[in-house]
Amino acid sequence: MKKKNVLALLLAMCMMVGLLAGCGGDSGESAAPESSAPESTAPDAETPEEGTDGETASGAAIKIGGIGPLSGSSATYGIATQQGAEIAVAEINALGGLQLELDFQDDEGDAEKAVNAYNALIGDDAQIIYGCTTTNPCVAVAAETNAARYFQLTPSASSTDVTAGKDNVFQICFTDPNQGTTAANYIKDNELGTKIAVIYNNGDAYSTGIYNAFQATADEIGLEIVTVQTFPDDTNTDFTVQLGAARDAEADLVFMPIYYTPASLILNQANSMGYEPTFFGCDGMDGILELDGFDVSLAEGLMLMTPFNAWGEDERTVNFVTAYEEAYGTIPNQFAADGYDCMYAIYEACVAAGITADMSHDEICEALIAQFTNPDFSVDGLTGSGMTWSTNGEVSKAPVVVKVEGGVYVTQ
Amino acid sequence: MKKLSANRRRFINNCVTYGMVIAAFIVMQVLNGAGMLSPSLQGQLVPICAYITMAISLNIVVGVSGELSLGHAGFMSVGAFSGIIASLSMQEMIPFAPLRLAVAMVIGAACAGVAGVIIGVPVLRLRGDYLAIVTLAFGEIIRNIVNILYVGIDVNGLHFSIKNEAALNLAEGGMSILKGPMGVTTNVKIATFTAGFILVLIAITVALNLINSRSGRAIMALRDNRIAAESVGINATKYKLMAFVTSAVLAGAAGALYAMNYVSLAGKKFDFNTSILILVYVVLGGLGNIRGSIIAAALLYILPEMLRSMYEYRMLIYAVVLILIMIATNNPRMKAIFARILPHKKEGGDENG
Repeated sequence: MKKKNVLALLLAMCMMVGLLAGCGGDSGESAAPESSAPESTAPDAETPEEGTDGETASGAAIKIGGIGPLSGSSATYGIATQQGAEIAVAEINALGGLQLELDFQDDEGDAEKAVNAYNALIGDDAQIIYGCTTTNPCVAVAAETNAARYFQLTPSASSTDVTAGKDNVFQICFTDPNQGTTAANYIKDNELGTKIAVIYNNGDAYSTGIYNAFQATADEIGLEIVTVQTFPDDTNTDFTVQLGAARDAEADLVFMPIYYTPASLILNQANSMGYEPTFFGCDGMDGILELDGFDVSLAEGLMLMTPFNAWGEDERTVNFVTAYEEAYGTIPNQFAADGYDCMYAIYEACVAAGITADMSHDEICEALIAQFTNPDFSVDGLTGSGMTWSTNGEVSKAPVVVKVEGGVYVTQ
Repeated sequence: MKKLSANRRRFINNCVTYGMVIAAFIVMQVLNGAGMLSPSLQGQLVPICAYITMAISLNIVVGVSGELSLGHAGFMSVGAFSGIIASLSMQEMIPFAPLRLAVAMVIGAACAGVAGVIIGVPVLRLRGDYLAIVTLAFGEIIRNIVNILYVGIDVNGLHFSIKNEAALNLAEGGMSILKGPMGVTTNVKIATFTAGFILVLIAITVALNLINSRSGRAIMALRDNRIAAESVGINATKYKLMAFVTSAVLAGAAGALYAMNYVSLAGKKFDFNTSILILVYVVLGGLGNIRGSIIAAALLYILPEMLRSMYEYRMLIYAVVLILIMIATNNPRMKAIFARILPHKKEGGDENG
């Protein structure tokens, strides 16, 4: 046994040596992709004024620490929020004024890893926290940033628990209850359906949060919900039972506050069953049209509430979509747009509050809280114009309902 | 070199294990006091303690008792959520956080122990692969129960529901603690490294004393040859259950400590992957080797975090390290090389320590 223990110790030491060697070598590598990103997306960074600023990797730049899932089951959402933010950072840095630097860390959609990522970021002198993408990790990190006084802005963690009781945490997305209530009212006001079926993921905070508010509002305004079907996990592949129940209950509208991957399967299976109600989704549904191997014609007539329409024709959206496609080869979804807006919100607030890169994180935090809750402060972004924030951290912007027609979104 | 008696050798071995943990604690505290500890490492101290305890606890089942359990995260989950419920309901009764943490950990351990008995009695009738599959199933059952469970508290006491939050019927001023799939989002962070250190010491003491006791020898006899052990009158069910429940109790305490380190915690955290993660710590540290479990858990927890700066390759490197360790520790030539470098260690002893 001694032999084994000594062996274990030796191997452990070998590992540590390997680790230290790894740490020494990577500092150069990790800087490379960051500096190359602005160059590829912002070729016009050569105006005389920012000749000096443009090349700074740190020092003069405000360091933003991003957290989100880059691996694991929710990686697509985390990667979108990262890429959207990177486009915005490249654009902002090309303007030449205040410089931003984004360091995005993986949390695998897990609270424990998110706190680890946060600790790693503040160890690297991050001054503002951008994230997390998903709700549960965000709640855990929000408690840490609140105690340590870091300003935090989340692109997509939409539960009210994220901001509750924390003055330093702000959202750029709608809250879950807000979406559920808006959806119920919208369906009622536009008479989209008389008998409503709900299919939601009861293993997911986002989905459950929207459903609870939807149900409460529906009861209040007299919207008839004929059946509520659940599934436990986004990896679920068979929805015929849920769809069958909806059909047997003669539902003419199926409300699906779920993410686009299971939704694509539901649309497919409903089609093969010959069941054709109106399908109505929320912002998690955005992205369904770009899903690999998904027949876009199945989504014809699908309605969803999303703050961002990639086929919108305003200049800001067109520029963003072009830059995003150039850099990453896909059409951005609302997660990417939320990420983009987060960076601009931080940037505009920093400029308005006169924040500079040499300020400490708690000074920045207090200044940004004052700026974000200032009623005169509003941000125009991809996901809404004139966005303002209340003191509880929730954003106020108008929700948009779109309908899929001919493979693109048409705003209703 | 003079040959030491088996007892004395075991004593020295145990002292090394305790000494190692105490030294690590003191070094960390000194570094922390001097402000030399990075926030990243500082934040990892409590989960490391929890995972070390988990590894020790699983080692009792897998290494000492010889039964492959694939649902150990289930006990961690029971401990975590019962601990959170206990801690949040006693917030006003026990304002002193360390005491509340201790009470929560004891309650977490007790609940996990009860779950251990309930699961252990039917499961331990099975052997080998069947047992592994059934423990896996129980781990998933616990996870799914937590996923549908709603718990709230108000002036009348605790309320439970498996429907939704509204069905809790909380009175004015009530608070819902566990919200089904959303888990807990309003926990209060009270876990400390000192508490984690004490828990690890307790776990080591329990594990080593069990291994070196009469019961421990009976458990190991059952592992090595069940028929022979039963033929000399060892009660197989009793001793297997003893190891299983001890392990569940430690896992419950570790789960409670872990839970108290995070403000939000969902049931899906304690899934099959977490069970396997802990099993990896145990297997790489050496089956039945408590000290190995401690080192493996600590290093393998820190490793992916240290590799964060090259995150694209992080899981790849992690996997390669795992494979290399497995190959290296099982390669006869490597063993021979190490034996030559350390000739006085050639005498092989028993597997504990």
